[in-house]
Amino acid sequence: MRELIQLTAPDLMLAALLILALVGLTARMKLAIGVQLTIAAVRTTVQLLLIGLVLKSIFSNAELHWVVLMSTVMLAVAAWEILARQKRKLRGWWGFGISAFSMFISSFLITVLALVFVVRPDPWYTPQYTIPLLGMLLGNTMNGIALGMDRLVQTAWQQRSVIEQRLMLGQTAIEAIRDIRTDSMRAGMIPIINSMATAGIVSLPGMMTGQILAGSPPVEAVKYQILIMFLVTAGTGFGVITVLHLISHRMFDTRERLRFDKLLRTPQD
Amino acid sequence: MTNSVLLQWRFYCGVVMFRLENFTITGLQPVSLRLQPGECVGLSGESGSGKTRLLRALADLDEHSGTLVLNDNLCESGCAHLWRKRVALLPAESQWWHDRVGQHFCIAHDNNGSDCLDDKATERLGFSREVMNWQVTRCSSGEKQRLSLLRILVNRPQVLLLDEPTANLDPEKARCVEQLVADYLQAEQACCIWVSHSAEQLQRVASRRFVIADGALGDA
Repeated sequence: MRELIQLTAPDLMLAALLILALVGLTARMKLAIGVQLTIAAVRTTVQLLLIGLVLKSIFSNAELHWVVLMSTVMLAVAAWEILARQKRKLRGWWGFGISAFSMFISSFLITVLALVFVVRPDPWYTPQYTIPLLGMLLGNTMNGIALGMDRLVQTAWQQRSVIEQRLMLGQTAIEAIRDIRTDSMRAGMIPIINSMATAGIVSLPGMMTGQILAGSPPVEAVKYQILIMFLVTAGTGFGVITVLHLISHRMFDTRERLRFDKLLRTPQD
Repeated sequence: MTNSVLLQWRFYCGVVMFRLENFTITGLQPVSLRLQPGECVGLSGESGSGKTRLLRALADLDEHSGTLVLNDNLCESGCAHLWRKRVALLPAESQWWHDRVGQHFCIAHDNNGSDCLDDKATERLGFSREVMNWQVTRCSSGEKQRLSLLRILVNRPQVLLLDEPTANLDPEKARCVEQLVADYLQAEQACCIWVSHSAEQLQRVASRRFVIADGALGDA
């Protein structure tokens, strides 16, 4: 195996010059994106450097409770991020609970299953495997779940008179919202299905590319990438199903009435 | 002995099929009302007085308190969707979500809807069986209003809650609807609450008339 080419600070500076050039050009053209761009670039540098340090210390003392703590923090942030992406905000701790629980299913459970039965490191919670795997699952399933949830709430809100009309005709709550659920499931799954379909032809997935750059044999990297794709797809699917199930039950009360006042923070607008 | 008491009691009450006692929704004084089989009562009142909200609550689509009974069954005693099959609300503006008219009829069956259609009723409202293949987007508001009446009759409801069922119809078609509903009530021994702004119409269709004013239901 070739020796890994180490990046130095000046190397990164050169890449940063590209960003600076972009900021300069957009400022000249009055495109008003410079400030956001700079802040985002600084954030990514600081956050990644910090996570590098955190990972370094976790890797050097690989104890279960540190791994669990780190995973929990990641999960909570992901759950919060899903809520932040919703156009219509869910109400109270219930909303956070729904999104945290679905992320738990989509990422936590899947990661543990993959570690115990597929990758089998020793011990099973070895942080070099656990943290990247969980991070990748959280990051990728989060998109699908956020999309599915947004579509469900948004469409149900827009079509509330149709839902009520269906209730008036004697349909159950689940029948009345079935079409919208099907639609939301599709919305949540399409991105990951597309990326499976184009993987290797149009796009080289980031993880695989990273491994190859770091010197792994391509076929080994490919096997890991296939594993990740399957895990992400399964996680997204189970996560979206969970979120659709929980939200559509929350949307109706025990008398099968549509109750956005219980679900959303500000039902009037 | 028990029998005669029962007879006397029934005589005293009349046969009541749909009963509201201290039925309360927000913004309206408690309502008590008894409807007999085959009876139609009229309801009027200014816009925003709570007519529609009252009907929605009777179909158990909004929260309510007090007693609501159909044929000795409390509203809360069974599933809400079964209640709505028997107590059918016809909203002032109907909603259609599929492409074709027929898909909205007989949703439980996988056909174009014509099997569960009452041919006579269809004809009397000015349609033929062909109507099931119509595009919903091509229907006028009047056609939609008549079709939505046909649609709720598919469930054979025992109580009809009609919210301005002829608002978009010409007088002739409105008469057809009035006659159809009257015949349905007779044939099925069902009862009806008819909301309308037209005092003349309520004179024709209803045996008793009520009005909602100042947040209370009173005799018209």
